[in-house]
Amino acid sequence: MPRSSVSAAYWLGFRHSLPFLLVIIPFGLLFGVAASEAGFNLTEVMGFSVLVIAGASQFAAVQLMVDNAPVVMVLATSLAVNLRMAMYSASLAPHLGAALTWQKALAAYFMVDQTYALAIQEYERRPSRTLPEKIAYYAGVCTPVCPQWYAMTLVGATVGKAIPPQFALDFAVPITFLAMLAPMLRSLAHVAAATVSVAMALLLAFLPGGVGLLIAAAAAMFTGAQVELWQQRRRL
Amino acid sequence: MKYSAAEIWLVIVGLGIGTFLLRFSFLGMIGNCPLPEWALRYLRYTPVAVLPGLVAPLVIWPAATGGAFDVPRFLAALATVGIGIVTRNNLAGIVGGLAVLYLALFSLV
Repeated sequence: MPRSSVSAAYWLGFRHSLPFLLVIIPFGLLFGVAASEAGFNLTEVMGFSVLVIAGASQFAAVQLMVDNAPVVMVLATSLAVNLRMAMYSASLAPHLGAALTWQKALAAYFMVDQTYALAIQEYERRPSRTLPEKIAYYAGVCTPVCPQWYAMTLVGATVGKAIPPQFALDFAVPITFLAMLAPMLRSLAHVAAATVSVAMALLLAFLPGGVGLLIAAAAAMFTGAQVELWQQRRRL
Repeated sequence: MKYSAAEIWLVIVGLGIGTFLLRFSFLGMIGNCPLPEWALRYLRYTPVAVLPGLVAPLVIWPAATGGAFDVPRFLAALATVGIGIVTRNNLAGIVGGLAVLYLALFSLV
């Protein structure tokens, strides 16, 4: 009995994550194209997608390196993009915290926006699920999504150079960022944070590699948190 | 891009290890220790704090035009954000943004 419920959980996760292929395939392709256009060789491009496996921060690192930002600033800014993963980790901990260390390490490695979002929805919808079922569901969610990220990066990095400049692929990176960003603008606080980020980044663009962006990001985080507090107080 | 191979790998491996530690943090260390409310409040805004500032200069001063403001690229950016907000769908934003970019590029040139 337990074996079949575990395998059912795996295939449920697998089916739930299939629609995300529509997002992962173009993102992976674009990352491969953008990184190889920036001058990274194939091993380096694949190094990003296999070792980091976090699209937005990979794009951020590549963009900052195109601008020749110092290594420290590239790392600081790209890691700041991934700070939200700590929040995902905290929110999954009550559900997967009792798993074996190697299982938690794998779950951490494959933790991306999509796998997190599906897993937490399922865990909250069916709290009675056992730990093996929860792990199986998570593995099912990762199976279609994560290998595609590597494969599509490889395709993008291989064919990217063959695409002529008239296709303005330089702009694929901003468009990808904006497309990831727009659905996150779901409250006044998010919009306020984004607005401060844009205004400060443009005002401080004269500062060398990445410094202006870090200041802008800190100010924007502060703005978002304060607007949220202010809204909470008004509602009380 | 002016980096030695060692510097490039420092970024890749450093970002990989750092990102893994962020993902493993709460899951690996403790079973069940909730983050304080104030920390969550800041973490919630990290993506919308970093990404808009990263992308704004690319939209206003695109490298491909030597930093000159470019109407097709600006329209494409607006369309991507607008479609993304309305549809809440990443892919719709990308497809719509690219469609506007190509329409504007090939009709204005």
